[in-house]
Amino acid sequence: MPGQGRRARRALGVMGAVAALALTGCGSPSTSTDAPPAGRSTGASGGPVAGTVTVLAAASLTESFDAIQAELHHTHPALTVRISYGSSATLVQQVNQGAPADVLALAGEAAADPLDASLVRSTTVFASNSLEIAVPPGNPGHVTALDDLARPDLKVVLCESTVPCGAAAATTLEKAHVNAHVVSREIDVKATLAKVSLGEADAAVVYHSDVVAAKGAVRGVPIPASVNTDLRYPVIALDDQPGTRAFIDAVLSPDGRRTLDALGFGAP
Amino acid sequence: MTWRSRLGLGGPAAVAVLVLVLPLVALLLRADWGRVLGDITGGTGVLALRLSLVTTFSTALGCLVLGTPLAWLLARSDGLVTRWLRAVLTVPLVLPPVVGGVALLMTWGRRGIVGQHLTAFGVEIPFTTVAVVIAETFVAMPYYVLAVEGAMRGLDPRLESIARTLGASDLRYLRTVALPLVVPGIASGLALAWARALGEFGATITFAGNLVGTTQTAPLAVYVALQQDPAAATSLSILLLGVSVVVLGLLRGRWVR
Repeated sequence: MPGQGRRARRALGVMGAVAALALTGCGSPSTSTDAPPAGRSTGASGGPVAGTVTVLAAASLTESFDAIQAELHHTHPALTVRISYGSSATLVQQVNQGAPADVLALAGEAAADPLDASLVRSTTVFASNSLEIAVPPGNPGHVTALDDLARPDLKVVLCESTVPCGAAAATTLEKAHVNAHVVSREIDVKATLAKVSLGEADAAVVYHSDVVAAKGAVRGVPIPASVNTDLRYPVIALDDQPGTRAFIDAVLSPDGRRTLDALGFGAP
Repeated sequence: MTWRSRLGLGGPAAVAVLVLVLPLVALLLRADWGRVLGDITGGTGVLALRLSLVTTFSTALGCLVLGTPLAWLLARSDGLVTRWLRAVLTVPLVLPPVVGGVALLMTWGRRGIVGQHLTAFGVEIPFTTVAVVIAETFVAMPYYVLAVEGAMRGLDPRLESIARTLGASDLRYLRTVALPLVVPGIASGLALAWARALGEFGATITFAGNLVGTTQTAPLAVYVALQQDPAAATSLSILLLGVSVVVLGLLRGRWVR
């Protein structure tokens, strides 16, 4: 990890002009070029940071990153955090097409594969997640196990296979030899969950964290570990702005860990 | 026009043209032309386009059958009720389509105010092709009704008086005089409604879902392709652009002025 800081700072010379252009409106001139090349997060731990940090985050991180954003407001009152949630697949394409973002947080490391590697400054895995079946509160479809999803009287909603939760669900269903009776493939995990919480679908395969975050709007039916698919969530720095470090440090901090833990994410 | 007013109007007008045309040009420039045909015929593109054509023409038919009588009634009255009705009917025009999709779920969904009674008979609309047509009709019908009502209001009122003095009934006047005269209005209304239905995304994905061959229309297929293979999304977009231009062109040549 310490090597990343030095490498990042070397890159800063080249990045300087580009970053300044990308973050017009941010205003505060960066002083980190003058800082000694010692610690990893001179900018963040050296006191409150000002400016704007733009975060693109996987839809499954909605509740936890909203909470981390609120925590960050106490430690860095002058730092404006803008978070845009979407499917990891869409976010990666947005970054590849030049969307001005500082931090990218994805559902699973595989989601980062299509990412243009030259844009990445550092990658840190910060949480893990696994799959779970979500059913409406009364469980009208009487779903008790993964096998039930093959029943033709059941309306099952999955994520589209192009997004991480859909790819993971496909892996798990294949491992369990279940041919689910799918009526729709939604564009991200929150859209998938919504079809269940609205009662339109009888079951959906989502992340454990989504069931926790839904706070009773849906019920979870566990998927055995033998067929479950685990995802390791990376947080990716796309530049070396102090705000970028401050946000990533907040995600990795004990407070951030506690927030993620409370919302159903596992340790990295 | 003086050079001053020419410049004053021409500047903003040129910007307007750029705002509208530049994205279309970009789409054509960025397309991987060697792939376009393969992308369209190979993957889910054909299924999505076929579903889009079936649902949008069903929507157009629905507008014609249901919207024409409504436009006629609106055009013939200026009462308070009519004015309020017209205002209410234009709401779907400005409503964000996703909100429309939620409203449709609240109506036709399993727990919806109508849908819960249909469920008792084993009829469930969400996630079906019928749901796609309902979503498209919801967003497209106002365009049709407003266009046709406008055309009907433009009729010379003396025509009706003359038809009456010659002993024609309401329906006969409508059938033999009014409707033939508003055919161009009906055609442009259909074109507008059809184009709006073809572009429908938000209400469809919210209410009908996204399943290849059943509810995944062409715009949904473009969105999904963009998540994995932007070049395939561009190919599908070009196909959609081509279909829209051809259909609108045909209508324009024939009726729409």
